[in-house]
Amino acid sequence: MQLPARTYRVTRADLVRYAGASGDFNPIHWSDRVATGVGLPGVIAHGMYTMALAARAVTEWTGDPAAIIEYRVRFARPVVVPDTDDGTEVTVSGVLRSTTDEGHRILDLTATCQGDKVLSQARATVRAAQT
Amino acid sequence: MPLDPSYAGHTYPPAPPYLVGREKIREFALAIGAADPAYVDPEAARKLGHPDVVAPPTFPIVLTAPGTQAMIDDPGLGLDFSRVVHGDQRFVYTRPVHGGDLITCTTTIEQVTSRAGTDFLTSRTDMVDETGGPVVTTWSMLVVRGD
Repeated sequence: MQLPARTYRVTRADLVRYAGASGDFNPIHWSDRVATGVGLPGVIAHGMYTMALAARAVTEWTGDPAAIIEYRVRFARPVVVPDTDDGTEVTVSGVLRSTTDEGHRILDLTATCQGDKVLSQARATVRAAQT
Repeated sequence: MPLDPSYAGHTYPPAPPYLVGREKIREFALAIGAADPAYVDPEAARKLGHPDVVAPPTFPIVLTAPGTQAMIDDPGLGLDFSRVVHGDQRFVYTRPVHGGDLITCTTTIEQVTSRAGTDFLTSRTDMVDETGGPVVTTWSMLVVRGD
């Protein structure tokens, strides 16, 4: 079963807002000077922001805000966010990998930005529907 | 300077308890664009069987900050945060975090390895509520680039 792809726009304003909400003020997420100084192409999104977007997709697919009982990702590539009105986009898709004996569903997730995979080994376990 | 591998198994003292506020959950949900009413509206959350608003799945990362700071501030470990890249992250949920939870986090270094001048540090943070019951366990793997 394939879950429909969902695309999320990511702008610098989103990163500033996420920095404040999460408490992660690492300047590579808001300062081009610092980001390029450590060898990055420019300001990048927090890995945890991308992880949050992929979880959003899972929650939107299931319709249950507390559906996820296990979730892991590997950060494969940074999401570079240019200082433009449009920023960039992250697209999340998913496929049902298996169903456990308890009825939990294991989803393999794919997140891409500008055609590159930004997460790898991204997997969410979603609990069986509550009766 | 490489990380000290003898830190594997080291547990830091528990962080001061974190009181999860409804408005903090709202702020976090807005920041990630999550629109589910159960994140912001206690009534909507109660209709789904929760005692109060529900936190989005990655919200518990907010609670790991003191544990991360403890590792940065530990001179023996030798963690240079300016060289750190986030490698991977995993959450296992016993139950969702709710508004009103008083959560205590304890961070343990599980693994310190080195390969070709790059260090890998895996830490686990166990989160329990005021009854001592488990809520969430999360693992972070940090990659520390060499000179």
